[in-house]
Amino acid sequence: MSKVKQSFSEALAELQDGDTILVGGFGLCGIPEKAIEAIKEKGTKNLTAVSNNCGIDDFGLGILLANKQIDKMVASYVGENKIFEQQYLSGELKVELTPQGTLAERIRAGGAGIPAFYTATGVGTPIAEGKDTKEFDGKTYIEERAITGKYALVKAWKADTLGNLVYRKTARNFNPLVATAGKITIAEVEEVVEAGELDPNDIHTPGVYIQHVILGENYEKRIERRTTRGGN
Amino acid sequence: MREKIVRRAVQEISDGMNVNLGIGMPTLVANEIPADYQVLLQSENGLLGIGPYPTEAEMDPDLINAGKETVTAVKGASYFDSAESFAMIRGGHIDVAILGGMEVSETGDLANWMIPGKMVKGMGGAMDLVQGAKRVIVIMEHVSKHGESKVKKACTLPLTGQAVVHRLITDLAVFDFTDEGMVLVEKAADISLAELQEKTEALYRISDDLKEIAL
Repeated sequence: MSKVKQSFSEALAELQDGDTILVGGFGLCGIPEKAIEAIKEKGTKNLTAVSNNCGIDDFGLGILLANKQIDKMVASYVGENKIFEQQYLSGELKVELTPQGTLAERIRAGGAGIPAFYTATGVGTPIAEGKDTKEFDGKTYIEERAITGKYALVKAWKADTLGNLVYRKTARNFNPLVATAGKITIAEVEEVVEAGELDPNDIHTPGVYIQHVILGENYEKRIERRTTRGGN
Repeated sequence: MREKIVRRAVQEISDGMNVNLGIGMPTLVANEIPADYQVLLQSENGLLGIGPYPTEAEMDPDLINAGKETVTAVKGASYFDSAESFAMIRGGHIDVAILGGMEVSETGDLANWMIPGKMVKGMGGAMDLVQGAKRVIVIMEHVSKHGESKVKKACTLPLTGQAVVHRLITDLAVFDFTDEGMVLVEKAADISLAELQEKTEALYRISDDLKEIAL
């Protein structure tokens, strides 16, 4: 049965105030820009958003912040966003900073049914405060808990009608991880093909993780830092 | 000053290595890698084999580095997801990480991600890199803008990692962190040992084989 849906309102029907959303992307690269716009329109409040970054003031998750729809942010780096800074300093927004590798692994573990794991990352730093530690072979590790969410929002390059996904270049980043850890995962893509048209060898995310596929149009794909070496 | 540090730092990279360069001054090290070296630069967001910045025509929003700058990929590069990227880092598969620093202590602690009272931006991948890379090299100016030694007895800022630095390269000296403590292995030609000691809060031993920094 085809997983392709015509609208986000259908795919997001079960999103409620207070839910946790897992959002793919790194900076503005590979973010599910259409799903974020759709949540802004829907107006769902008190969301916990798990994402490596929080967009910029007027693009990506930044637009949900500006609209005061996010209550808590779990991220590794949030330095690009003024509205974030204001809401954080005023106490409106709760923030859980997580080392990037730990964040990736927490989401991967969540999708793989692993409730927690040990890592050396963060030992002896403020990140270790309040966390259980354990020694293995004479080295100290801290316990980190898995992350799952009600919805996962994924941006891929291509999908087939069964939700098998292919990503493009570094737009892959956190997308395959969040895809596995959402109770309901929506993949928005630039192209949808019939099942069988993607080579099974090339599929990055098997369709088993995906509930809804939506064909997005006119992707903006805004660039955060345009750096060139000159020339054409 | 930065140029001197960068030119010394590139000597930590040898042919065939997989290397991660931090944001800021460490990124400049890439320009100094000898052209005949086969070195793959890793980017935490999912690229092994960062190439030069693109031309206007090559620029691709789906291809950026961890500093969110548009880049290209070299021949032999690979793309992967963030969990794979940090498996590579945390599993000890990256030969060298060269990172910037705010403070380094005599026990090899590093602080480089937050200043209390200022807006917290986040640690990104720094805490993973210092724990996982086979060798962690920190590059920074020896003395702060306010004239204070950044090479400390103990870090005053929140740590990125405890006893994680293998080598510290500053504009004045190169130190190694060993089981016997911090050792001065190289010093700049234009500074005396007494002057260096005065500019260094940390306690260190002088190597029997002390050299001058060669650029």
